[in-house]
Amino acid sequence: MPTQTDAELVARCRAGDPDAWNELVERFSRYVYAICVQAFRLEPADAEDVFQDVFARVYEHLDRLRNDEAVRPWIAQLTRRLCIDRLRASRREVPVDDAEELEPSGVDETVAQLDEAMAVRALLDTVGEPCREILDRFFARDESYRTIGEALGIPSGTIASRISRCLSKVRAELEGRS
Amino acid sequence: MTGYDEERIATLLRLLPPPPTGWIEAAAELPLARAVIDSIVARAEADAAFRARLVVDLETALEEAGYEASPSVLAALRLRLDAG
Repeated sequence: MPTQTDAELVARCRAGDPDAWNELVERFSRYVYAICVQAFRLEPADAEDVFQDVFARVYEHLDRLRNDEAVRPWIAQLTRRLCIDRLRASRREVPVDDAEELEPSGVDETVAQLDEAMAVRALLDTVGEPCREILDRFFARDESYRTIGEALGIPSGTIASRISRCLSKVRAELEGRS
Repeated sequence: MTGYDEERIATLLRLLPPPPTGWIEAAAELPLARAVIDSIVARAEADAAFRARLVVDLETALEEAGYEASPSVLAALRLRLDAG
């Protein structure tokens, strides 16, 4: 089944579809989390506050979004701004006016990589199960072959070959879209 | 998208681990918490002393008023109170 576009998901949220908000949080939660902890290297407590603040603002202001297809860059921008606010608050004793001084080096590059990662991740839906689950558990959740095998009822000795085949399927999807 | 080998795909997938489950659950409950948030904001608008307590220490003021606030509700309330 083709994945719903970001714009379609935003439209469903606006229309009050009760499942759409859950899906939006699920779709962007890793992205927001990664910006907080990888790009800005926030401590867990700060990252959680920013994470909740981002989604509170997205929920509150979704109707202000002019281009529904641009929800991801909007969320990225919002997350970056709130991360900077958090860093500014934690360094109150040292006056820093310039946001650029607060932003760790390489944020643009990290966010660009995360955008690429989101695009690849979206393809997991198109390669279907059990590939989506196996690749997610192994690479993103860092689970062992044994854990994956037990969770999915697959012999753990076959996980490595399945991962290899699933990666090839994702690669074929990517090449098919180029 | 071009130039993706399996190693690159694996590297990109590793960049997106899930946040703690509780964070996602808290954010997902925002629509359900809407009524609670609205009632707290309405009370703050009608009761200046309550609003002042919320501004000074949101979490404590809510606890004292008998509200059980999750992190997502706290974030949403901060947003609404700042805007108000």
